[in-house]
Amino acid sequence: MRDPLNKTIVGIQPSGIRKFFDIVNEMKDAISLGVGEPDFDTPWHIRDEGIYSLEKGKTHYTSNAGLKELKIEVNQFLNRRYGLSYDYEHEIMITVGGSEAIDIAMRVMLDPGDEVLIPQPSYVSYLPCAVLANGVPVVIELKAENEFRLTPEELEAAITPKTKLLVLPFPNNPTGAVMEKSDLEKIAEVVKKHDIFVLSDEIYSELTYLDKHVSIASLPGMRERTVVINGFSKSHAMTGWRLGYACGPRVILEQMLKVHQYAIMCAPTTSQYAAVEALRNGDEDVAAMREEYDGRRRYLMHRFREMGLECFEPFGAFYVFPCIKEFGMSSEEFATELLNAQKLAVVPGTAFGDCGEGFIRISYAYSLDNLKKAMDRMEAFIRELRKG
Amino acid sequence: MREKILTFIEKNSRIDLKELAVVLGVDEALVVSELQKMEEEHIICGYHTLIDWDKVGIEKVTALIEVRVTPQRGMGFDKVAERIYNYPEVNSVYLISGGFDFMVTIEGKTLREVSQFVSEKLSPLDSVLSTKTNFILKKYKDHGTVMTELPKDERIQMIP
Repeated sequence: MRDPLNKTIVGIQPSGIRKFFDIVNEMKDAISLGVGEPDFDTPWHIRDEGIYSLEKGKTHYTSNAGLKELKIEVNQFLNRRYGLSYDYEHEIMITVGGSEAIDIAMRVMLDPGDEVLIPQPSYVSYLPCAVLANGVPVVIELKAENEFRLTPEELEAAITPKTKLLVLPFPNNPTGAVMEKSDLEKIAEVVKKHDIFVLSDEIYSELTYLDKHVSIASLPGMRERTVVINGFSKSHAMTGWRLGYACGPRVILEQMLKVHQYAIMCAPTTSQYAAVEALRNGDEDVAAMREEYDGRRRYLMHRFREMGLECFEPFGAFYVFPCIKEFGMSSEEFATELLNAQKLAVVPGTAFGDCGEGFIRISYAYSLDNLKKAMDRMEAFIRELRKG
Repeated sequence: MREKILTFIEKNSRIDLKELAVVLGVDEALVVSELQKMEEEHIICGYHTLIDWDKVGIEKVTALIEVRVTPQRGMGFDKVAERIYNYPEVNSVYLISGGFDFMVTIEGKTLREVSQFVSEKLSPLDSVLSTKTNFILKKYKDHGTVMTELPKDERIQMIP
């Protein structure tokens, strides 16, 4: 029989840490700080709107780009929060989570051989999506001493004549790093100088703890070369609803809509009705969750300081990324040992790229009580290691 | 700051003050002094525990009693309320709008005990015109906490 498979896809490596998580999921009394989604349930008034839409028989397709009222709300939200402004008819589309938007944006923007700059450590999808779109992923290794921000020098050094697209994943999973306006301005200069485009994944934009998030698309000359990706999963605790959106120049969005139309049809209708409610009446929920995350973030940083564990203070998302290099173990060894010795699960930094070596990701999408227990275990583990 | 402290301890009054200071990002001394002041000013009126007595197997009966009264001359409702809330059996007394005047919560060991209180103590009061006793059959949610189900974390570990 002929080989039924596509060689590019076969060539994509499955995640190496699946085995580790299989063990975590099996272990009964393990405490996990590994999960990357909010611990809050979707606020009730949002769920209620979803239910109501079902009761009213809103069970059909929506238009390909999404409900008109949702696109209008998305535009207003982006405007009041980040000063962005799009034409809802041609420059906004509703997708199946931010993930779909990442996938189709790359497919639409890349020709075979085009290079995609992917700062790491970062979310695991960018690299395979670039490969699936026939692009060539080029990793930029972010550094702890820069608080895992992308510097203009690092960007400049990675650009070649084949560079087409820069992925900008901030606020960042797994490091919690943010890019402030002054950081982005320098990046924007390099981007414009070399005439490349930006895929700005801003899914954690509502979870920043120092200043309000700044979108690179709001900087002069950047709107026409940026696709902004965002969604409801993290801001409104709506992961399971699978709803995101992409905004950008019409010339790109038109093509994205084409792929979306043929591959997906439209994002889930129930979710779209719920999301309208989320944007109309959800700002207070978002603020309350942000406040809660912020307290947990401060608590973790405090515990790390007490333990003497090195960690830069992250100001975004719901992750901290402490350094474990002092123990002379790889991230994966550290995580495995920690799980065996203390039944505490964290994610090895290497899951997010080779340069995550020497770090672990800790999620604070967990109750304070949970974090407390977990940090006690962590402290005991570290004490044992230091005894040698 | 007060609002932040209160919002937090309203849900979790057992938190260690040092931890509370860390979570709120302020000095422990500030938290301590604010709490003390708010206790003195009776903004914080007590630290209670939310208990599901059903699970302990100890019989308890709670009744919500609607009370209609004639307010006393010159005293309004306050004097009547005082007569009612001075009974230790009475858990809470609210003056309310609508078809009656007070909503009184009473807790007792048995239905009989509660009924007796109503017929022997509450109803005979001069200013009480009528009462209507509603016994609580099941508590689903109290103080913002759902009593009937245990919170469960059903999230799964995605890769990663």
